[in-house]
Amino acid sequence: MRLRTAALLSIVMGVLLLGLTSPAQAATNETIDVNGQLSDTRTDPAKPVPGVKISVEKDGAEIASGTSGADGSFSIALPGAPIDLLGEKITVKIDTDTLPEGAELRDPKKTTLKITIKTDSDIRIGYAIGPATDNSVGKLTEIGQSGINGIFLGLLLALAALGLSLVFGTTGLTNFAHGELITFGALAAFMFQDEWGWAFFPAALVAVILSGVFGLANDRLLWKPLRGRGTGLIAMMIVSIGLSIFLRNIYQYFFGADNHQYTGVPAGKLWNIGSIGISPKAFYIAVVCVVVLVAVSLAVQRTRLGKATRAVSDNPALAASSGIDVDRVITTIWIVGGALAGLSGIMWGLTNGFDYQVGNKILLLVFAAVTLGGLGTIWGTMAGSIIVGLLVEMSSIVLPSELKYVTALVVLVLILLVRPQGLLGRAERVG
Amino acid sequence: MEWSSVLSGAIEQGIGPSAIIYCLAAIGLNIHFGYTGLLNFGQAAFMMVGGYALGSLIQTWGWPLFPSLIVGLLMAVVLALVLGVPTLRLRADYLAIATIAAAEAIRQVLGSAALNDEFGGQDGRYGFVDGMRSLNFIPSGGVHFLGLDFRSYDFFIMIVGWTLALLLCGFVYLLMRSPWGRVLKSIREDEDAVRSLGKNVYSYKMQALVLGGVIGALAGIMSGLATSNVAPSDFATDTTFFTYTVLLIGGAARVFGPVAGALIFWFFISGLDLFFDKMTSGANPTIPASIMTDDQASLMRLIFLGLILMLIMIYRPQGIFGDRRELAIDAH
Repeated sequence: MRLRTAALLSIVMGVLLLGLTSPAQAATNETIDVNGQLSDTRTDPAKPVPGVKISVEKDGAEIASGTSGADGSFSIALPGAPIDLLGEKITVKIDTDTLPEGAELRDPKKTTLKITIKTDSDIRIGYAIGPATDNSVGKLTEIGQSGINGIFLGLLLALAALGLSLVFGTTGLTNFAHGELITFGALAAFMFQDEWGWAFFPAALVAVILSGVFGLANDRLLWKPLRGRGTGLIAMMIVSIGLSIFLRNIYQYFFGADNHQYTGVPAGKLWNIGSIGISPKAFYIAVVCVVVLVAVSLAVQRTRLGKATRAVSDNPALAASSGIDVDRVITTIWIVGGALAGLSGIMWGLTNGFDYQVGNKILLLVFAAVTLGGLGTIWGTMAGSIIVGLLVEMSSIVLPSELKYVTALVVLVLILLVRPQGLLGRAERVG
Repeated sequence: MEWSSVLSGAIEQGIGPSAIIYCLAAIGLNIHFGYTGLLNFGQAAFMMVGGYALGSLIQTWGWPLFPSLIVGLLMAVVLALVLGVPTLRLRADYLAIATIAAAEAIRQVLGSAALNDEFGGQDGRYGFVDGMRSLNFIPSGGVHFLGLDFRSYDFFIMIVGWTLALLLCGFVYLLMRSPWGRVLKSIREDEDAVRSLGKNVYSYKMQALVLGGVIGALAGIMSGLATSNVAPSDFATDTTFFTYTVLLIGGAARVFGPVAGALIFWFFISGLDLFFDKMTSGANPTIPASIMTDDQASLMRLIFLGLILMLIMIYRPQGIFGDRRELAIDAH
């Protein structure tokens, strides 16, 4: 039972990573090869699975086959010159009878893969071997597991969304470049670790501080002058789109398009509570999120600056005329917002890995969370994030997991139909 | 170094099929954003349903060209109605986020492996332009003039596309001079005032969304016809953003804004691409690989694109030919 849940979790991660990091290998010879490596993920490290027969069929007839070697790897050369194979449809089959005793495909139905050959490079395929995903796992367990995962995701989103929401609340800017603030943190920590060889924790700490500085720089160099010019909010929104495209490509310029992982952070052994598995790493990340979120909430509720922030969100002109230094509030918000975004980028990277556009990839989810709760409201943002997190994870119980983000986006549109100002937003006459 | 090849390459792209696609998409967006003030960030979805209706009806279900084309346009009408109901009553910023979310949701569904048999997953649909090719009357050797070279089918697409674009410009010109067009523009300026005059603002906005969406679908259809392929990656959020860039360069709420914008945008973007490609290619590149490799060179155009979008929005939001007074952009 434990293994099953462990496997379930690692499937999710594995599928996510596989999808991102398995580019077809360059052709090194005159044929197109179908290759890959079979490993049994029940043990850590994964154990190679030798002696498994894999065949390739075209139009129902077998054209080639191969067997995995001692290291679990296989390579099947397709007959014919690569040029003739372009556009052909092949089917790769794994012979489940040749799997060693006890090992099964995680998804017993997924024994064949249909592939259309589009380039002359080798084709890399993968099969998930491990304990079969037992469908008899209680629905209740599945719901519990998705619920836990959903809350973890929601906390991560809340961290990412808070900066966006604070900035919107105080300046009215819908910042499409917020994703790049998130990416900045992830990349900065990576740079300290990878290039300069720092340990993870100091690297992350300095990266978060730098993210705050980056947020400040965003405001000082761009948004503050624009506010001074009296640029409209819609114009600023479009400027932020330009900034997002600009920064994202600058990131790719310097960091490339590869997917990265942080090193030196132990994943730890899975904890089991009943039949629900919790990865310690995910748990500690969630703890960090909760601590930071509570700290920010308390600061906003209790401190003078927090009260000033709420006053500015409520009515900037009135706040200014009652003696609040609006500029100082906005400066603080940008520093805090940048640091929060950077931290969330690092946390996201720890869980799922990251690349130059990690922030841009989750930006729509972050927007969904913020909009769902009501733009610019802090409590709404947190509630919206948890709801989006739960929706994303829960939807994969009934829908294919590739569609899990869709649910959140569709629910966002539907909720706006009923409550155009979001769940906790202030009602305004809009039409 | 042959600078003339950079110039001719940029001109070829500037008037080529990609410019047409963005021009058409921007004409549709101009009706939404330029004239009605609707901040539609889901234009890519309209392009996608048009292109995908064409591609999948022909490739998956074996329909002929013209019926699929008509269905593609009808799908855009349906999408506009479905999308408009929840979003058109929203404030500008909520509208932007709701439309962008809806567009991305549609893209992920159409590109999903679950619908692989119908829509081809991430590969999309391809090889469905035989019907269009059979209409091609340009000699198969292609067309060459003034140092420019176009392949036969590309030139055919250009003739069809630019004719279509000019017809649509004429159509938009007449529409916006009509009482109907004046209502749209007044919605952009002050929708409460329009409402107080007894006009049904919601209905007008919906009509604008449908009309611009259908033109967007035409852009998607042209994209499918020009490249013989529709794939989810063609209709990502960035496609909408590029369309905005095209519209804003030329000037929103100007009849020829999208045409001018598309010509300038593609000339500039491909010029930059070719320039940096030349600077970094060869055994002894002008820019050493330690500063810029050829992979990095291909990013330069997007870096510039982001900069251009920012600068134009800051310093000349009305675009090159626009009129500052005719802009919904100064709203607070």
